[in-house]
Amino acid sequence: MSGGDWPYPHPRQPDIEDGPLTHYMAMTEAVSELLIDKGIISAGEMRRMLEVIDSKSPAEGARMVARAWLDPDFKARMMENVNAAAREMDIDAGGIPILAVENTKDVHNVIVCTLCSCYPRHLIGLPPDWYKSRAYRSRTVREPRAVLAKFGTIIPGDVEVQVHDSTAVLRYLVLPLRPEGSEGMDEDALSALVTRDSMIGVTTVTIEKE
Amino acid sequence: MSPRFGIGDSVRIRQADPPGHVRTPYFIRGKTGEVIRLLGDVANPEELAYGRDGKPALPLYRVKFIQTELWGDYTGEAKDTAVVEVMENWLDPLDGEAG
Repeated sequence: MSGGDWPYPHPRQPDIEDGPLTHYMAMTEAVSELLIDKGIISAGEMRRMLEVIDSKSPAEGARMVARAWLDPDFKARMMENVNAAAREMDIDAGGIPILAVENTKDVHNVIVCTLCSCYPRHLIGLPPDWYKSRAYRSRTVREPRAVLAKFGTIIPGDVEVQVHDSTAVLRYLVLPLRPEGSEGMDEDALSALVTRDSMIGVTTVTIEKE
Repeated sequence: MSPRFGIGDSVRIRQADPPGHVRTPYFIRGKTGEVIRLLGDVANPEELAYGRDGKPALPLYRVKFIQTELWGDYTGEAKDTAVVEVMENWLDPLDGEAG
């Protein structure tokens, strides 16, 4: 294709290799190659692990929330032990214990990991970049209402905002309030309403999408 | 190891600044909180980080704090709280109470 055929200049996009190679990128490559060279894992197993992690989405967490809304006994079991309750639904919540924290009319919960980026990946997929940012990690514990406002979420003054900092062994999942107007909806319909952000706690679940 | 504290106990986080891998955030050190959940014994991450076995495992607690007590200029509501997981080696009983 000659330059004259193109109606506007097409900017040259750099290849991945043109970006910075950080110390930890190099270390990741080195450790991966060593693990494969030494036969500890195979290249195919590495590929499969990445595929599994990449395939995780908020869908399974959303299904658990929907069932908890419909079934008080399931909800009680989920509040007691999320990982065991997940197995009832053939969901693998992973080996790290997850604790569900329930939003009520009196308390709104929001999750952060100030130290790193601990996150219930097995139930809701990979964390968004903003969750891992220093801004989110430092500000959420310090001024949660201001951070929630940045997500368009205003929690009334008579509702307590409780921030959970996952500093040790647990990962946390917010069990959002069931939205008004959802009466009569079945588990699949309810599940479709539950977003990743509502299970982190930076938003609530509503019927209408904004 | 049997836990030193129970649900509802008031605890003070040690004001200390040891070197090495520490998971107790600065913003709760020296502050008072309430134990709301016991999480069993866990191997000490401060030791595990250096290839040691982290034994003896120590009781881990969820401790709840009032935000206006953590931050002098907290801009939210007086009832807002923060909950942090803290290992027993960082907890003291409140002054004058038996541990």
